[in-house]
Amino acid sequence: MTDTAASPAKSGPRITGAFHRLLAFSGLLALVVVFSLASPNFMQTQNILAILQATSVNGVLAIAATLVIITGGIDLSVGTLMTFCAVIAGVLLTFWGLPLPVGVVGAILAGTASGLVSGVVIAKLKVPPFIATLGMMLILKGLSLVISGTRPIYFNDTPGFTQISQGSLVGALVPVLPIPNGVLILFGVALLAAFVLGKTALGRYTFALGSNEEAVRLSGVNVDRWKIAVYAVAGSICGVAGLLIASRLNSAQPALGQGYELDAIAAVVIGGTSLSGGRGTVLGTLIGALIISVLANGLRILSVAQEWQTVVTGTIIILAVYADILRRRNL
Amino acid sequence: MLTRRHLIAAASALAMLAASGPAFAQDNYDIALISKGFQHQFWQAVKAGADKAGADLGVNVTFEGPESESQVDRQMDMLAAALSRNPDAIGFAALDSQAAIPLLQQAKERNIPVIAFDSGVDSDIPLTTATTDNVAAAALAADVMAELIGGEGKIAVVAHDQTSRTGIDRRDGFVNRIKEAYPNIEIVSVQYGGGDQLQSTEITKSILLANPDLKGIFGTNEGSAIGVANGKQELGSNVVVIGFDSGAAQKDMVRSGLMAGAITQNPVGIGYQTVQAAVAALKGEALPPVIDTGFYFYDAKNMDSPEIAAVLYD
Repeated sequence: MTDTAASPAKSGPRITGAFHRLLAFSGLLALVVVFSLASPNFMQTQNILAILQATSVNGVLAIAATLVIITGGIDLSVGTLMTFCAVIAGVLLTFWGLPLPVGVVGAILAGTASGLVSGVVIAKLKVPPFIATLGMMLILKGLSLVISGTRPIYFNDTPGFTQISQGSLVGALVPVLPIPNGVLILFGVALLAAFVLGKTALGRYTFALGSNEEAVRLSGVNVDRWKIAVYAVAGSICGVAGLLIASRLNSAQPALGQGYELDAIAAVVIGGTSLSGGRGTVLGTLIGALIISVLANGLRILSVAQEWQTVVTGTIIILAVYADILRRRNL
Repeated sequence: MLTRRHLIAAASALAMLAASGPAFAQDNYDIALISKGFQHQFWQAVKAGADKAGADLGVNVTFEGPESESQVDRQMDMLAAALSRNPDAIGFAALDSQAAIPLLQQAKERNIPVIAFDSGVDSDIPLTTATTDNVAAAALAADVMAELIGGEGKIAVVAHDQTSRTGIDRRDGFVNRIKEAYPNIEIVSVQYGGGDQLQSTEITKSILLANPDLKGIFGTNEGSAIGVANGKQELGSNVVVIGFDSGAAQKDMVRSGLMAGAITQNPVGIGYQTVQAAVAALKGEALPPVIDTGFYFYDAKNMDSPEIAAVLYD
């Protein structure tokens, strides 16, 4: 997956990234303006909060996918890994009755461990990322069903659990702005991921792997180790998504998750991250995820028939990526 | 920038175009139905009923549901967006009652009446539930079974699961009816195939091999019923099979005689009566706690009659 995308990325990832973010951001703004004009019900506090709440899970998954995609890989297992982590939280908290922090840490560690496995299979066994994570997607889906006994696990015995996503720390301080905690967690994960990508060795190697893996290898870097680390970090982030969705539903739904990886990947590419690796930003992904949920919410508010909603969303994804290709050609 | 602007223009044009369809009923009631599914034939039949009621009663009806019945969070997003739209009433078929409580609470606080459909919501917020009386429907299957096997002998049940409301109700409705009304019929086995065709086939074959004198088997949903019929065919048995629901495969089996017949729910009626109940609630009329949307037994003889053909789906 190391291809010619390396050269434009090296000519100045900051500038092109910033330009694309502007593009995606203006797209998001345009959608918001159009929907606000079309319906007075769109620009209401409660609806904006509903949109942010709907973005939180997909946004976190998309950030995990962003890291992997920048290395030139792909992670198809983010959706079912999220569910697996939710089920692990259910086992720890509901089946075993352990305290809340144990469930939180356990779910995230389950994500890390699963990411490690994917990373090792890809880096050491040389299985292509598409196949390795496709396999993991199915393994994790099956394990979630086995462990849960194919039934939802409820968190009724852990009273604070729903607060992780549904509570509102901001609302406690500023009652007019009851921003759900899930949204704060999304922004927190985004800041952390942006920091890792921009300021740490792991971030530098993530971009380098996607630009030209062979060059990195020849310069004496332990490529395998960094690659495994990226998948493990992505896995941990999926663990956070698992906690968010379980908290929102007050249950771990074992059959859910497959298909969610596609929405995550859609958010990543709308946000301007290149599927061939070496280029991408967390902010872009965040905007991409927001575009998807604003679109879904706005079309629903306008009572657009569901068949057409799907058509419009698909069209927007293709147009967004086409705009990106045009921009790169014109550079 | 130019392309992006075109893109937005195209999107908004599309949105306007699609929105202009149902927008005619502007000063009439606006009713949002959030279902458990969308593209499945059963749910499309519910939608058809809801649309018909909308046209008959002059109200604007929208119908949405997630792609699969596991996507509880997507259903919550749909319910949240529906609430933001500020509809006059909401129809809701919960995938998971608990997850929906905070949003239903919101509806209650804003005085938006909620009508549950298909399966109940474990909450007192919905004013009524438009649903199939599964206990009575399965009891009808028991009556037909008793008639077809001559009122005596051994029978079995292949159910879809032991935890869902429909699974429990259909099993109990059938078993209890047999016990109460037909003392000469013995139910030798009740097994669960998860509604999976293949698993239900294997179960059926093992039941038939263990009980060569078995006279009949009841399959409690579409997948179970098809599995039972396949098992019968693979063993060349002539046991009487009664199924549940329709769908192209099951209809063919009934037509060919492999299946003696099946119970069908009335999905069109579920959709129609949900909208009707919502309008009644908005007019301040009293509603019963449960609206029985009806069910029918169909076999090769009556399945083409207009009344039955209207409630069957492929």
